[in-house]
Amino acid sequence: MIRLEQIQRDFQVGEQIVHALDHIDLQIEQGEYVSVMGPSGSGKSTLLNLLGLLDRPTAGRYQLNGKEVTEMDEAERARTRNELIGFVFQAFHLIPRLTARENIELPLILSAVEPDLRRQRVDAALAAMNLQDRAEHRPDQLSGGQRQRVAIARATITEPSVLLADEPTGNLDQKSGADVIKTLEKLNDKGITLIVVTHDQQLGKRSQRAIKMLDGRICADNQQTD
Amino acid sequence: MRAVDTQRYAWHSLKGYRARTLLMLLAMTISVASVLLLTALGEGARRYVMGEFTSLGTHMLIVLPGRSETAGAGAGTMMGVTPRDLTLDDARALTRHPKIIRIAPLNVGVAEITWQGRKREISLLGSTREILKLRQWKLAAGTFLPQSQWDRASPVVVIGKNIRDEIFGAHAAVGQWMRIGDQRYRVIGVMASEGRSIGMDVQDIAIVPVASAQSLLNTPSLFRILVETKSREAMIPVKEFIEKTIQQRHHGEKDITVITQDAVIQTFDRILGALTYGVAGIAAISLLVAGILIMNVMLVVVSQRTAEIGLLKALGASQSRILSLILVEALQLSLIGVACGFFIGIIGSWGIRLALPALQAYPPLWAMISSVAVALGTGLLFSLLPARKAAALDPVRALQGH
Ligand SMILES: Nc1ncnc2c1ncn2[C@@H]1O[C@H](COP(=O)(O)OP(=O)(O)OP(=O)(O)O)[C@@H](O)[C@H]1O
Ligand SMILES: [Mg+2]
Repeated sequence: MIRLEQIQRDFQVGEQIVHALDHIDLQIEQGEYVSVMGPSGSGKSTLLNLLGLLDRPTAGRYQLNGKEVTEMDEAERARTRNELIGFVFQAFHLIPRLTARENIELPLILSAVEPDLRRQRVDAALAAMNLQDRAEHRPDQLSGGQRQRVAIARATITEPSVLLADEPTGNLDQKSGADVIKTLEKLNDKGITLIVVTHDQQLGKRSQRAIKMLDGRICADNQQTD
Repeated sequence: MRAVDTQRYAWHSLKGYRARTLLMLLAMTISVASVLLLTALGEGARRYVMGEFTSLGTHMLIVLPGRSETAGAGAGTMMGVTPRDLTLDDARALTRHPKIIRIAPLNVGVAEITWQGRKREISLLGSTREILKLRQWKLAAGTFLPQSQWDRASPVVVIGKNIRDEIFGAHAAVGQWMRIGDQRYRVIGVMASEGRSIGMDVQDIAIVPVASAQSLLNTPSLFRILVETKSREAMIPVKEFIEKTIQQRHHGEKDITVITQDAVIQTFDRILGALTYGVAGIAAISLLVAGILIMNVMLVVVSQRTAEIGLLKALGASQSRILSLILVEALQLSLIGVACGFFIGIIGSWGIRLALPALQAYPPLWAMISSVAVALGTGLLFSLLPARKAAALDPVRALQGH
């Protein structure tokens, strides 16, 4: 469960202070499917980075699964990212010299999982993403859609409780984009909290809950039925 | 993160950036190899010179007539009295001391030798049987001067190899009678050719008993007295003993000089030792340069891999994890560079020994240990800054590639 209270994130740009997040209150329950939309510069990525513990608020409180994030030290936040949070980026961010298998394996390596167990879990993830025969391919030998599915496999390999996706279809064609979204939604069906930032109206309509942002504030927060 | 995985990850990224890896390896290799090669050369040179000197006799004192001190000219010189000659009796007076192993009086001059019409000017050396051991000379054929009373002249001669070749050619020299000046001498031995080049060259001399030389050269005075002591420690008391004894015999005049071989050797040892250290120092600077190169390349690497570092952080790598990943990478690189450099240094000094067998060019142990330590040290030290820079990166901005 995610709970934000009076979250502020300010950036100093020259003389000026930009309020990228301006007194945000937000609560997201475990297993929700949330889309975040809004014009460019409205603070969507900033919000996502903050939820993912990549960034720290200037002020306010953030509770993740009952723990006070704002009180954690750097190492603790790193461990929390590894255990509870998965990221999917628009630019995939796969390491080019590593194979699909090795990219997916990374979070498990960072948390010192034994090689045998790693192999089992990566095999399962590859199968779930329909990438069995691409395991030993490097990113430059994969299509955009395949790359993003590798990234999703990597984001979910530690079985996190939250999956954060910042415009996951932004670099993909229509069909691969739809594939990726279906993959993410399947994961959400199994209980993961899914938060997707998107500019795509169609995509935004698919989620249970739609958040609209403007100038660092949440201007609309609607439950949707399809 | 398991240690194996850290090593593997670092190894992967080294392989992933082949050009810069090779560049840094090269710098590391060259500097370690040059430390080993240069110190091997320096040590070889030192050993060579030391060997040359030791062949003159380690605990040797040389007594020569005349006072060669610049400070406080003796009363004798003031009054214009030429120093007294050194005589065989002087030499004999020295044999009493228990710490003296052997004494060889020495007489030199030029003489003409003749055999079956062939003539040659040679250096004539008058001495005793003791000089053979004292100077560590070796015989190629026959025997050396017999053990006998110093003041008994006898018509026997030991000749150097060059003289044998030029005068006797293919004939056997030992047993032949030849003329030295106007006296007949029997050749009883030939010196081996391995005599060292520093000091006297034994190839071109003829050695006769000291009394014979005195008669041939028509002088009672000695050129030198060589004294070998039991030990290095005995050299000082023996030196004092010699000075006192001769002074007494010369009616209180201090008219001789005693040179210790040891002092000369130590001076050379110091000079050449300093040379080796100096050369090692210069080579160590190349290690420093390699270190700075490593730092720069690692800084470039960190900025090239900003997005990767950001990603690792997003996946749950802490600052200390990133720091150790970069340091392990640098350490692996340094280790390989050191290993290559060490290998090349060892092979190279082996090559030098093959090419110049006289120069025992072995890199000294201290150079091996310190070059390895310094190389690993600089490798780590100079990647500390890039590693800390990487660890401190803001993950959000790093992921954007800033
Ligand atoms: N590191 C930064 N330094 C200064 N200003 C920043 C920084 N990051 C974000 N901002 C500012 O914060 C505001 C919100 O940025 P953010 O990236 O969250 O927008 P966004 O909604 O994700 O936009 P887009 O749809 O274009 O991705 C913007 O005005 C941006 O200029
Ligand atoms: Mg954005």
